[in-house]
Amino acid sequence: MTLSLAEVEHIATLARLELSPEEKELFRAQLSSILDYAARLRELDTSQVSPTFSVLPPRSVLRQDVPHPGLSLADLLHNAPQAEDRQFRIPPVFE
Amino acid sequence: MQFKPVIGLEVHAELATQSKMFCACPVVDSTQAEPNSAVCPVCAGMPGTLPVLNRRAVEYGLRVALALECEVAPMSIFARKNYFYPDLPKGYQISQYEQPLARNGRLIIQTSQGERTIRIRRVHLEEDTGKLTHCQVNGESYSLVDLNRAGIPLLEIVSEPDLHTAEEVRLYAMALRSLLRYLGVNSGDMQKGVMRVEPNISVRLSDSPTLGVRTEIKNLNSFRALERAVAYEIQRQSEILSRGEEVIQETRGWDEAQGKTFVQRTKEEAEDYRYFPEPDLPPLIVDEKLIAEIRASLPELPAAKLQRFQLQYGLNAYSAGVLTAEPAVAEFFEQTARACQAASAKMAANWISGELFGLLNQAGLEIEASPVSPTALAELIDMVARGEINQNAAKTTLVEMFVGGETAQTIVVARGLRQISDADQIAQWVQRVLNENPEQVAAYYKGKATLAKWLFGQVMRLAKGRANPQTIQEELEKQLNARQPPDAP
Repeated sequence: MTLSLAEVEHIATLARLELSPEEKELFRAQLSSILDYAARLRELDTSQVSPTFSVLPPRSVLRQDVPHPGLSLADLLHNAPQAEDRQFRIPPVFE
Repeated sequence: MQFKPVIGLEVHAELATQSKMFCACPVVDSTQAEPNSAVCPVCAGMPGTLPVLNRRAVEYGLRVALALECEVAPMSIFARKNYFYPDLPKGYQISQYEQPLARNGRLIIQTSQGERTIRIRRVHLEEDTGKLTHCQVNGESYSLVDLNRAGIPLLEIVSEPDLHTAEEVRLYAMALRSLLRYLGVNSGDMQKGVMRVEPNISVRLSDSPTLGVRTEIKNLNSFRALERAVAYEIQRQSEILSRGEEVIQETRGWDEAQGKTFVQRTKEEAEDYRYFPEPDLPPLIVDEKLIAEIRASLPELPAAKLQRFQLQYGLNAYSAGVLTAEPAVAEFFEQTARACQAASAKMAANWISGELFGLLNQAGLEIEASPVSPTALAELIDMVARGEINQNAAKTTLVEMFVGGETAQTIVVARGLRQISDADQIAQWVQRVLNENPEQVAAYYKGKATLAKWLFGQVMRLAKGRANPQTIQEELEKQLNARQPPDAP
């Protein structure tokens, strides 16, 4: 199963990645081989198996609704490349 | 060409929990709190953190699901909705996709065309996103990220496309808001964005079996904006189709000042979100016992209260609707009606939805903060019912009660507002008015019937507004008839 160039470009857009023409070809080949590998699952007959959404035992794990203070502002913004007015400053999202 | 609009609604309601959906950060008012004052490693999307589901968020979600008569899933699962946008630092939103909390409910609304049942497709839990502020300073653009809201529990309620007019859309949204407030899970404050309504609208030819292309409208922060935006969008799409062109599937914003919708972005397809089951959360199991507990804890809901108010108090549907829209108003009314001795519940209903609402509106107060209590109001309208004061004097008295906080009795005595029903006294005033206004009386006999009202007003003026209006009316008719010249028409 080989992905089309357009499919690779679409995935790159969703991932907000800008790829060079060489990279597009490289990832097209790599992604295609990953899909081929995963496609081996299709060889199994799962018609009698109900969908598995989780491998954890079917038991709810819930937390009491009790608030605790979070991080200090200094800690929260510690690794932010840029901060302003108590907030993360980031490149504009509306061009 | 005749077009039929087909509209479905997605409503996002924040759940009024103490802590966030998947972490213990306090839920703060994101329009008031200092930015980033309630953020921890989990809702900041730090690597290695794990979400743990808030029990109360589940309970609140179930309250809504049961109130909407949904089927609750015995097992629902969480999913990652992947998209890159800085309002959620993880790169995905934890939501529910294939197995939502509940499905197949309904909400009944009262419209000008009668009762309508709107089917609910699904109700699911998810987390809210952070807030972005877009800045432009000295020609430089950038954005600021506040994560206080990121991770607040959110309930998404999706209707089937059963709505066909802008009015129905507004009424459905109002009924849902009322329900959320009754259940105590959401304040319903659209200005603050704790409840957000997004209509999906398409139009099709009336006889066409296939649905048209739909658009979604966002950032509607009032019911008025919602109704106007839907009406505008129906019109816009109808015009496009009339010209033989095609509607483009997209998300549109609402410009309140211009009264128009505008393109925001072309809509992603669901597969672009690459949903997959959230590996960090176990499935949510809801057993019969929990459902029974929550069902037992539900309050009387708006629809049931509406019916009861009509039966128990003899109110009409409109009046009952006004009094049951808000739980606090319904409570105020019932307390007043219970405290009334001479006055009927209908009178209490009229005084609350008329005069008291007017005063509260003017003062910008909610009914919980009313300076006039239900018992104080009952005392006043009892005085009206007993004929001790007339309607006008009662209105004046209520204004003074509202401002000064004194009882009706005190104000009536102090201001001498007690009604005069003494028939002899009133007969004298009537006689004086008729004697002093021979021209008007003559004109009245010539057929100018409206002058009866004017004469009534003159008598009331002599009585300084305190006379029993019914007695004046009777006496005026009696004396006018007695004086009637034989040749009058």
